[in-house]
Amino acid sequence: MGNNLIFELLAANITEIQKPVMSLRQIYFDNNATTPLHPEVKKELVAAMEMFGNPSSMHAFGREARANVEDARGRVAAFMGAHEGEIVFTGSGSEANNTVLSLFACGSGQCFPGMRPKIVTSRIEHPCVLETSECLVHRGVDVSYLDVDGFGKVDLDQLEAQLKGGGVGLVSVMMANNEIGTIQDIASISKLAHQYGALMHTDAVQAFGKVPVDVNLLGVDFLTISGHKIYGPKGIGALYVRKGTPYCPFIRGGHQERGRRAGTENTLGIMGLAMAVDMRNAEMEAEAERLIGFREMLRNGIGERIDEALFNGHPVDSVPNTLNVSFPGAEGESILLYLDLAGIAVSTGSACASGSLDPSHVLLATGVDAERAHGSIRISMGRTTTVEEVEYLLEVLPGVIERIRNMSTAYIKA
Amino acid sequence: MLQSGEWAYTEKLKEHFESPKNILQGTDTSAFDGVGMEGNLQCGDQMMVAIKVDKEKEVISDCQWKTYGCASAIASTSILSEMVKGMTLDQAFDISPKEVAKELGGLPENKIHCSVLGDKALRAAINDFFIRNGMSDRVKKVQARTVCQCMNVTDHDIEEAVLEGARTFYELQEHTKISTVCGLCKEDAEAELQKYVHLHFGA
Repeated sequence: MGNNLIFELLAANITEIQKPVMSLRQIYFDNNATTPLHPEVKKELVAAMEMFGNPSSMHAFGREARANVEDARGRVAAFMGAHEGEIVFTGSGSEANNTVLSLFACGSGQCFPGMRPKIVTSRIEHPCVLETSECLVHRGVDVSYLDVDGFGKVDLDQLEAQLKGGGVGLVSVMMANNEIGTIQDIASISKLAHQYGALMHTDAVQAFGKVPVDVNLLGVDFLTISGHKIYGPKGIGALYVRKGTPYCPFIRGGHQERGRRAGTENTLGIMGLAMAVDMRNAEMEAEAERLIGFREMLRNGIGERIDEALFNGHPVDSVPNTLNVSFPGAEGESILLYLDLAGIAVSTGSACASGSLDPSHVLLATGVDAERAHGSIRISMGRTTTVEEVEYLLEVLPGVIERIRNMSTAYIKA
Repeated sequence: MLQSGEWAYTEKLKEHFESPKNILQGTDTSAFDGVGMEGNLQCGDQMMVAIKVDKEKEVISDCQWKTYGCASAIASTSILSEMVKGMTLDQAFDISPKEVAKELGGLPENKIHCSVLGDKALRAAINDFFIRNGMSDRVKKVQARTVCQCMNVTDHDIEEAVLEGARTFYELQEHTKISTVCGLCKEDAEAELQKYVHLHFGA
């Protein structure tokens, strides 16, 4: 090694040390919104960009693309205990959810004989389920919504009562909630649904890759996943459709996906999704243990350092990475933006940040009042979260809440 | 590729959010001559304005505040507290939400409703001053006028609906059920709708 090189290395090292560590920091605690690409996924995508063939073509270019798409399908299927023929690639988790619900609005019932146009879902679903359900009502589908308890768990007795009423074709309940992280007992819900002849769908977008998801243990007929929540690319999702389940394409006009979803396959997205799934397979278990540790560190740290911190969601039956907490007297968008100024990214259930006038429908469904919902933030960690980042958040957050509460009217008697 | 996104807010607003001016320290307002509070925590916005008044000249000499709300709510109360210092009570009374928004360099449309409470709280504080100083006759009440008798909808309800996003008569009806029974008030209601759309969102 020449002297010059040693000198350069030393110099580089010195600048590294002199950098003000905290002020340059950008910390990402919003992994339930989306995740950064896994480095292996990035590599796979770059390699896949060289391959442009249409999987439907019979020539060598097409065959190469087809081989990769089918290989990816097998890997995605295997991680959830499915057969490769049961996976339909879609453009997003939202599309997969729309596909399932829309099966029940078919006026003719031709593709779906014996369809029972009645759906039972929950009050805390993602908007792509809730808004689709609202739309289906105008198309002759009967939709009812299950209440949740204070922890965000659906009421199984209420579900059974709905099913007993008869005519329910589909039960759709999300596996893990995006805002509060609460995990539902999908296996029991499936069992009940099947007992009364209904099909079972779960939106597993927030659960898949965070906790084990096995379609057979869960007993579901349909299951939705998304690429960008698991360090894969955006614009790719997948729907599991149990073999033999009635099905009808949502997007028509091509034989792709065995006629189940028209449109030339997003080969890049599909290969990226499969690599993301492989990486989840390798990393999920150890990561879950680490993130549960961080989550409890945050829960305890926030509880100790901030007066009146109210935690939302289930304390145990929750995805490892998510912590939702309310600070009465402080409004969520202000918390989010003061944290942003400190280089920390979180999200909030406040109305002000959502573009609508109502605070989080999920928090309200758990029975908390609007003020508590307005004052909530969601901290969602990920594979790259470090203990230093958790400590930094614990260091910054109390000051932010104190500052906001100091300027708040909440403590003034009117 | 762009390296960073702009804030949803203007630089001026960001400045007032980062370093708000004239926040009331503590909860004691006894040193002030008039105090007003508007909004509530359940709706997500509440503002309190406290003023000191030079009684000879009827000029506001100090204005402090508290706000529960988002960045635009905090920044608009902050800038309002700067704007009113040195104003006469009459001048301050006439400040409109649009002037506050203008001072901030504009507000995103969905944030206007967060910011209309500041001037209301200020007017309440001015009225409070009049009451405390034996000038109840000078209290200016912004009286609500019933536009739709059937559904009991006032001009204030129409303003509220506009702030919540109603722009067309159909949307106004969805919000308020106005003019859904006898229909006699339709013309009046449409005029009020246009007035408030222009007041809050007009160029």
